Amino acid sequence: MDFTFTDDQLTFREAVSRFLMTEAAPEMLREIWETDSGRSPELRKNIAEQGLTALSVPEDCGGLGMDDVAWALMTQELGYYAIPDSLADAAYVAAGLITALPAGTASREEWLARIAEGSIRIAVGHPVNPLVADANPANLLLLADGDAVHAVPREQVDVEANPSIDLSRRLARVRWTPATATLIADGESGRALWAQTLNRGVLSAAGQLLGLAQRMLDLSVDYVAQRKQFGKPIGSFQAVKHHLADVATKIEFAKPVLYRAAYALAHGEAGADARVSHAKLACGEAAWLAARHGIQVHGAMGYTWEVDLQMFMKRAWALDAAWGDRGFHKARVADAILVEGAALGPGHTFEE
Amino acid sequence: MDLAYTPRQKAFREEVRAWLAANLPREPLASYDTREGFEQHREWERKLFDARLSMVIWPEALGGRGCDLIEWLIFEEEYYGAGAPMRVNQNGQLLLGPTLIEFGTEEQKARFLPRMASSEDMWAQGWSEPNAGSDMAAITSKAILSADGTHYVVNGQKTWSTRASFADWLFGLFRSDPGSSRHHGLSYLAVPLDAPGVTIRPIQALNGKQAFAEIFFDDVKVPVENRIGDEGQGWHVAMATAGFERGLLLRSPARFQYTARRLVELYKANREVADRDPSIRDAVIEAWTGTEAYALSAYHTVGRLAKGARIGAEASTNKIFWSELDLKMHETAMRILGPFAELTGDAPEAREAARWLDGFLFAQAGPIYAGTNEIQRNIIAERMLGLPK
Repeated sequence: MDFTFTDDQLTFREAVSRFLMTEAAPEMLREIWETDSGRSPELRKNIAEQGLTALSVPEDCGGLGMDDVAWALMTQELGYYAIPDSLADAAYVAAGLITALPAGTASREEWLARIAEGSIRIAVGHPVNPLVADANPANLLLLADGDAVHAVPREQVDVEANPSIDLSRRLARVRWTPATATLIADGESGRALWAQTLNRGVLSAAGQLLGLAQRMLDLSVDYVAQRKQFGKPIGSFQAVKHHLADVATKIEFAKPVLYRAAYALAHGEAGADARVSHAKLACGEAAWLAARHGIQVHGAMGYTWEVDLQMFMKRAWALDAAWGDRGFHKARVADAILVEGAALGPGHTFEE
Repeated sequence: MDLAYTPRQKAFREEVRAWLAANLPREPLASYDTREGFEQHREWERKLFDARLSMVIWPEALGGRGCDLIEWLIFEEEYYGAGAPMRVNQNGQLLLGPTLIEFGTEEQKARFLPRMASSEDMWAQGWSEPNAGSDMAAITSKAILSADGTHYVVNGQKTWSTRASFADWLFGLFRSDPGSSRHHGLSYLAVPLDAPGVTIRPIQALNGKQAFAEIFFDDVKVPVENRIGDEGQGWHVAMATAGFERGLLLRSPARFQYTARRLVELYKANREVADRDPSIRDAVIEAWTGTEAYALSAYHTVGRLAKGARIGAEASTNKIFWSELDLKMHETAMRILGPFAELTGDAPEAREAARWLDGFLFAQAGPIYAGTNEIQRNIIAERMLGLPK
């Protein structure tokens, strides 16, 4: 029993953080926000050169074969820097779905190799999300027709942009007609693939939300330490301190929930759905509180476009309901704990 | 990360489970806030001690079993999961005990710890004073070393001392340098409560019982051998104790997970009534998510400790988290129980409601004792986030 990360995992996280600190600084975010596509080919190229697109691609397809636990760390960094790129959608969520296909299905190996080298953008149209993120810049879309999974080239779908308050998120309504040529899984196996894909998407959003919460807390701490009123830093006032202490507490108790969920997913545990939904709820609540208290302690500056906080708040507001809103996830938790004979209480945190 | 228990850990769980199944009292013990219940709990502690299960993480030589912290978490899960009695001597065992292990002399450890593990000696705390509550450094009770250096003469008053009406010993902070102020010049002493000059006046608590007391010291002689740590270093020693208190030991996750399980059962048995208020279902879900988060955090912390990390100011997030969660769970139970929630154990129609009421009353104290949650938030802001004083 060891519920901690290895030194290698922590070193990896450090390296990702250092890389994104320079490659995804807030000034760059603002620049990319202003562009039509909202995406930067240069940023994607740098990400790929770091090997970050290859993380969960299996080793025999040119990847690093990392599991969900590594992504629990990775997605926090993606959230912390609010990167304007749907990296996790392709490199983690779509890569997971494609990896789970039987060898030789459609262009499975080619897609995986291209994910690893960063030369393909894949958008995931899971039915839980009414709109598809990054449908427009995608080369390939994974779309649902009931239980069936289709891999559809971009040119075969109609895309109508639906702008989000988070200018990094490029959402679209996708209209398309299912065809035999694009079918990659059906029936029971299609249903299983969508279920796994849902959990990966949720875990990815949860990790990003937790990273966003930490970023908003850090920005707020910096701000209240330097902003003076009544002759003192406002961070010396208890009302302000307690707002931020509450955020720190929420974050502290969301982290291990995220890690437990990642482990459940990586090991295919029967109770993974509830663990993953718990993570989404805990991380979403931490991020929303960090936004709410963050803007409050920033005062009027927090309501401006100029101060960076807004970029992180908007991402948090958006991701909270992406990959299932709170009602959806509460229902999944309720299903698990209210069922007859549920294994609850002391001694069931790691075993049924 | 490897979330499987080892065969040794599983065997330990089985052993504890089997022992509890064979030895748990058949009838619930009386409240440990009464003399009768206090002595019943002392007998239960003796039984645990004889099975070497009272202080599993202490070394064997001191009456423990030498378990690591994972085994301790397993013990707690089995203990509370079985609905075993509350730990009557926890202030001694969980607060003073670790302090003695860290700061005590070999003589003190041998003198105090085994008798504490067996609950032959029951311990009360002596921190708060009438004018030193959240501001603990305002302590004025004095302990003046005699001219021959053999003993202290203690004068002053302590208050809010849990179950001191029934306890044998008190540990706490006293001002040993009369010219000192604040955190300086304090010494940490162990005082026998039957010493001449000690007067204990019970304080009736919210539940109507003598749950705590105020203690008056009038020229009480305390041998210098009862000082824990160096003269004048009491604050440093006490802070270590307070850290343990806020930290894991005193409020292990299993206790709260057990409450959450009972709450889920209560909700399921009363769903028709409870679901008229849709926010109750949410609160029941949050009992599970909250207690699981607390348990996961404990395992994460224990794993980090095993790798050499130290618990810092983040211990204060624990205190806030469990105390607010415990209160919320009991409030939810009260809401489900509706018009039966107010019934005491003497009410023929109370059934399980009285137990929830007891817990609800005690939960009110959680955000107050062991450093109010406002003080904890200050600690988080200043020491964890680095905000200015």
